[in-house]
Amino acid sequence: MSTRETARAGGTGEDRSHPPGAVSPQAGEPDALVDPTVAPAGSGEGLRSVPGQPRNGRLPAEPVPGGPGRGPVRHGRVRRRRRHRPPLRARLRRDWPLLVMVAPAGLLLLVFHYLPTLGNVVAFQDYNPYAGDTPLQAFLNSPWIGTTHFETLFGDPAFWDALRNTLAITAFQLVFYFPLPIMLAIMLHNILSPRLRGFVQTVVYLPHFFSWVLVVTFFVQMFGGAGLLAQEMRDVGLEPWNIMSNPDTFIVLVTAETVWKDVGWGTIVFLAALSTIDPHLYEASAVDGAGRWKRLWHVTLPGLRPVIVLLLILRLGDALSVGFEQFMLQRDAVGRQAAEVLDTFVYFNSITTGNYGYGAAAGLFKAVVGLVLILAANRFAHALGERGVYSRS
Amino acid sequence: MTMTDPLRTAPPHRRRGRSRRPAWEEKPSAVGQVFRGGVLTGVVLAVLVPLWVVLVTSLASRETINEAGGLVMVPREIDFSAYRAIFSGGLVTQALWISTLVTLAGTAVSLVLTVLAAYGLSRPGSVGHRGLLFYFLLTFLIYPGMVPSYLVVTGLGLKDQIWALVLPTAISVFNLVVVRAFFQNIPAELLDSARIDGAGEFRILARIVLPLSRAVIAVVGLFYAVGYWNVWFNALLYIDDNSKFPIQRVLQSFILAGQSPNNAGTLGVSMPPTLAIKMAVVVVTVSPIVLVYPFVQRHFVKGVIIGAVKG
Repeated sequence: MSTRETARAGGTGEDRSHPPGAVSPQAGEPDALVDPTVAPAGSGEGLRSVPGQPRNGRLPAEPVPGGPGRGPVRHGRVRRRRRHRPPLRARLRRDWPLLVMVAPAGLLLLVFHYLPTLGNVVAFQDYNPYAGDTPLQAFLNSPWIGTTHFETLFGDPAFWDALRNTLAITAFQLVFYFPLPIMLAIMLHNILSPRLRGFVQTVVYLPHFFSWVLVVTFFVQMFGGAGLLAQEMRDVGLEPWNIMSNPDTFIVLVTAETVWKDVGWGTIVFLAALSTIDPHLYEASAVDGAGRWKRLWHVTLPGLRPVIVLLLILRLGDALSVGFEQFMLQRDAVGRQAAEVLDTFVYFNSITTGNYGYGAAAGLFKAVVGLVLILAANRFAHALGERGVYSRS
Repeated sequence: MTMTDPLRTAPPHRRRGRSRRPAWEEKPSAVGQVFRGGVLTGVVLAVLVPLWVVLVTSLASRETINEAGGLVMVPREIDFSAYRAIFSGGLVTQALWISTLVTLAGTAVSLVLTVLAAYGLSRPGSVGHRGLLFYFLLTFLIYPGMVPSYLVVTGLGLKDQIWALVLPTAISVFNLVVVRAFFQNIPAELLDSARIDGAGEFRILARIVLPLSRAVIAVVGLFYAVGYWNVWFNALLYIDDNSKFPIQRVLQSFILAGQSPNNAGTLGVSMPPTLAIKMAVVVVTVSPIVLVYPFVQRHFVKGVIIGAVKG
């Protein structure tokens, strides 16, 4: 801590006694030196620096944040525009309520997010749940076996099936699902009547809030063996085909379900992006003779590009996750061969068999690959000159 | 209902005469109009028809269902016997209570913790701000697998406790970021003036920030509530005792796993048709969402887009 800061730390306590707006010893200095950016108006304590004073010279009895509540946050000096924070103790005294507010949520994340993240080390153990009374004891008593689980995993054809299914479904949905919300958003945006647009939006967002159990239930009722479609086909004398339990068309089925559930919701972000496109661009291009399609190509799509890239990155980073509950629910109907994805593989090779270390290894593989994918996708986007994901906050 | 309206800056030539079409825009072709109308009608019907069929079938009598050969599309009478059966105190009634309890308690816990944390994180420059924010945002990149989570939750003794459906998912960092972004949009002068008047952080949050944040609280509350109402997989993992099953779990076992909804309760002589009972379970599972959602939907733009765009 520099002498300067020590002086301030010492001064903090004293100056607390000053009422807000108290005349500081330097109040006679010209007001033009008050830096408005560092001293919030109304706090009554402007921060000054004395012209001509040596840079490292100590300011005598410098005003410090004090007074009731939060005073000005930062000290700065006009000449260098460098901002100094008040010392930690003073900031703690000021900010402790904020820390108290964050604490419960932080604690929950610690217990239910970070602790399990560390718990992934059971992937390197021959974890035996019965080796102790609690999982912690069992964990401590279980022998370490290095990468044995991973070796077994990579030699397991069922794992490769699951990985192949996952990637196939991701790729399929990238082609047949990803563009749909964009198209729907453009159509919705072009509805001129606000009332009609509102109605359509209300309806298409709705399925997003249904659980997967409900979505699959609706599909079973509509397209299942005893469903409405089969019923109608039987009525007109056709042989009903049961889409719900056909492994060959399963990939189409799950994509259709995803479309039904989320195509409407997916439009929200595109609608927001569409509304930020300057209408004058459309007008100007129309005046220049661009038709409907040319405007779509040269104005609308470029306007959507950052959002599309962002969502594409997120989707690629999530390539190994494909609607887990959706597959859990339908795995029995179509069989493991078609419906096993990485998440269900983890479930059926750990929770149901008790071989936790093995499941954790598969889960860890998925998490690590997922992390690498999203970092790579983000870097790729940056390389293309897009904003990427991490410009947030 | 008109959700993009606030964001649609009115084009200069709007509302000339009766048409909202800008003057420079050509008239749409007939083919285009028909195509667009067809697509939008199709999309709307794809959502509404299944809901309609399920509702009508749940209210149909045995004769109507037999005549239709299954699901009913045209209502002929209204018969509440299926609802009477599921509300007469069997597994479904119990599951509805459990789900209601989980949803109410969970949403309350989640909202309180999320709002507190979002406010605590909304002030750049406060002690540990960057570190804490990183701590929260890192959860987007790193997630624990299913197995370690399962071991932690069971290790804490939450197996077969309904808290196992609440605590592990109580904080959604996405929702937190949305709320935080909303809080940061509140003018700082407002908070400063309260501070000068001697209000502490908790009072500022309760008296100034929250009353200004109804929109985002409504939206995030809906997200949390829907999440709790829809909880299925965590119930599969953590709840074995079927007297503590939430409604999604029961729905799944009735309809997808094909168990018959035998309500060994106070059933009358004539048992309503199984199909009607199943559909009635679907209807009671859907209806809280369908009933609450439209009231919150108008806040979506205000509450979420701001967060998403700024966040």
